[in-house]
Amino acid sequence: MKYKVRIGLDVTFKYIFKATGLLVLCLLGGILAMLIYNSISFFMDVKPLDFITGMEWNPTAKNPAYGMLPLILSTTIVTFGAMLIAIPLGIGTAAFISEYAGTRLKNILKPAIEMLAAVPSVVIGFLGIVVLSPGIADMAGLPNGLNALNGAILLAVMALPTIITIAEDAIHAVPKTYKEASYGVGATKWQTLRKVIIPAAAPGIISAVMLGVGRAIGETMTVLMATGNAALIPTGFFDSVKTMTATIAIEMGEVPYQTTHYYGLYALATVLFFMTLIANIVGEYFINRLRKYHAA
Amino acid sequence: MQHNKLRLSSIVEWGTLVGTTLIVCFFLVVIILEIVAKGIGSLSWEFISSIPKEGMTKGGILTPIIGTVLITLITALFSIPFGVFCAIYLNEYAENNWLTRTIRAAIRNLSGVPSIIYGLFGLALFVQTLQLGTSLIAAGLTLGLLSLPYIITTTEEALMQIPNSTREAALAVGATKFETIKDVVIPSAVPGILTGVVLTLSRAAGETAPILFTGAAFYISDTNGYINQEFMALPYHLYMLSTQHQAIEEVRPIAYGTALVLILVVFLLNLSAFYIRYKFRKNEN
Amino acid sequence: MKTKLSAENLNISFATKQVLKNVSVEFEENKITALIGPSGCGKSTLLRSFNRMHDLVPYAKIQGSLKLEDMDIYSKNVPVTEIRKRIGMVFQKANPFPKSIYDNIAYGLKINNLPHDKSVIEKALTEAFLWDEVKDDLKMPAHRLSGGQQQRLCIARAVALRPEVILMDEPCSALDPVSTIKIEELILHLKEKYTIAIVTHNMQQAQRIADHTYFMYLGEVKESGPTQDIFENPKHEMTKNYINGVFG
Repeated sequence: MKYKVRIGLDVTFKYIFKATGLLVLCLLGGILAMLIYNSISFFMDVKPLDFITGMEWNPTAKNPAYGMLPLILSTTIVTFGAMLIAIPLGIGTAAFISEYAGTRLKNILKPAIEMLAAVPSVVIGFLGIVVLSPGIADMAGLPNGLNALNGAILLAVMALPTIITIAEDAIHAVPKTYKEASYGVGATKWQTLRKVIIPAAAPGIISAVMLGVGRAIGETMTVLMATGNAALIPTGFFDSVKTMTATIAIEMGEVPYQTTHYYGLYALATVLFFMTLIANIVGEYFINRLRKYHAA
Repeated sequence: MQHNKLRLSSIVEWGTLVGTTLIVCFFLVVIILEIVAKGIGSLSWEFISSIPKEGMTKGGILTPIIGTVLITLITALFSIPFGVFCAIYLNEYAENNWLTRTIRAAIRNLSGVPSIIYGLFGLALFVQTLQLGTSLIAAGLTLGLLSLPYIITTTEEALMQIPNSTREAALAVGATKFETIKDVVIPSAVPGILTGVVLTLSRAAGETAPILFTGAAFYISDTNGYINQEFMALPYHLYMLSTQHQAIEEVRPIAYGTALVLILVVFLLNLSAFYIRYKFRKNEN
Repeated sequence: MKTKLSAENLNISFATKQVLKNVSVEFEENKITALIGPSGCGKSTLLRSFNRMHDLVPYAKIQGSLKLEDMDIYSKNVPVTEIRKRIGMVFQKANPFPKSIYDNIAYGLKINNLPHDKSVIEKALTEAFLWDEVKDDLKMPAHRLSGGQQQRLCIARAVALRPEVILMDEPCSALDPVSTIKIEELILHLKEKYTIAIVTHNMQQAQRIADHTYFMYLGEVKESGPTQDIFENPKHEMTKNYINGVFG
């Protein structure tokens, strides 16, 4: 190939590569612009305060109501329940894998957890319908088990791989010298784990939890299929709930374009976007703190 | 006495950790056993090679299989070059300045954006603005966008593994930077890139939320798979059979069969990624 | 004697750190010149500046004149790939391409639009004392060769382009003594055709192969001359201490 052609290719591709980098920025910018533009259209019709504090979400009623509180509380209760289950299980498993399991067991457990992460959410939701919800209904004496508890358990299963993987990394990264120092003063393995290792790995564990929260808040199919989708203010785990993601998934398919209801779903998505963003930023902040701490 | 007490408590403590781990494993076992036990009965050559019949109460799942294969293909065609190029830019060209840091922050944020929001974005951009309509191509591109941050991150990690001396080797014989990347860096990083790509595609193949309003259809009668038409997909088919169908109990066996096929597809992709990673590590040593 | 490669008043800094200060060196044609000095003295930086390996470091600042015969190496009119074709380089750690033995040699020829048939490959491998060992496995991935063989392959790869100068950055530092001797023999053999500049930490090696030696310290050339003079009658106290292993 002639030298000029080679240099031409070199320069051209340099710009192509750079352009893809800039396009990624455009992608995030585009998502933000879409969310904000449609939210503004929504707030031309509905007062922001009514949206934020409204106790009723019923856009198809004669007098449409666009209160997002029931939805945000639904998301909150399901996520909270999921974390109640997933945090102890996740940290316990992470500690076991990192501190107790031998190499061979590790080589089984780690791929198993990757497998769990790979199960599509729609399959988890399906099992929620056919296995878990009948179980919950039987135990609690309810007509059906499609409620917040069902969603919370399923979301816990979905968030677990994230929590376990990151928490395990954090625990694994605790310097050996800390453990040796602890054993040196006569502490047992358990005391060392609770009093030395977990506190030292705390930033990583917090970030594991926050990323798990982000995952749970944003999860759609599982909650859509398994929580009953009643847009009411939830009063407990046995109530049927309709999360923000499920609301968007159900209603976006039915609304005519560019109506108040349509814009309202984008407003809801905007709130959802920022909720997951905050969870992820907090998670990342703690990961970075852990990195700096270990680098120092 | 003291000694016994210590031993007893340490057994309880150890038991707690083993217990949590067993519960987590139990989840995985239940998922797999339930789907396999109840889905295996539906699984047959006929099931995967014939189209749904009689309002989807009979017949197979050929149409959704074709749809899932095609949409994953579109996702791959779009997100692999785009993602790999971006990773090349970040790892090989970008200086450490505000622009690079902003791009990296954007990628991290994008990987945390809920999939349903990608669905909305796909609807706004591909279906409406670019007027592709609800179609295979619109849904595939939406999944492509969703996959981008993962492809970029895993590719960049693979590129980082390539030592600088490898790049210098090519430069020293007179290769341009682009030739160095094309002929030496990328070929060395292929196993790592491939692992990330396969894992990402296995995720994309199982996604439902982003295709809900960008092209997935309840029922399509033909199996031609035109990219400008709506399509059936395995995950959407499962969602639909288990919540939207008017004869839910009647179609349960088909739902289980669909779930089994979907899980098999995803696990096989994952296993091949593990295999690539394993072989690559072995070669290195 | 003809000067093949030279640097005059060379200053190089990375960001705020000055690595080379007013360095002037001359490498004579068909001679082996060694650059010695303690770690961090700038000898590798000097070597790499001759084939513009610093071009990709955005914060590197290079001042001074570097010449291949009469040609300005950093001139805007000279393509960098041309420079690197004429000034080959062998690195500290053998870095064969992730390709077959054959393609390792052929790659540089291909991109430079030079003939790359089997006879050319054979010639390069023969010159690098490697042909007899690999002639039956040319399709084998290069990373399966031993460390010493890999380094000879890298030398063959450089030689294949018929460069005028070969820069060697501690080519034996990762090798066992037997492989090292073999490469030293090879280097002595190569000087009949090429001008060679070699960075080395190994004092015996410098004495065994180099015609001229430069001693560098903290980014400056402290002493230079025929190798025998440097090692037998060092003028500087520092040079004497270094070659006697007082510091390093």
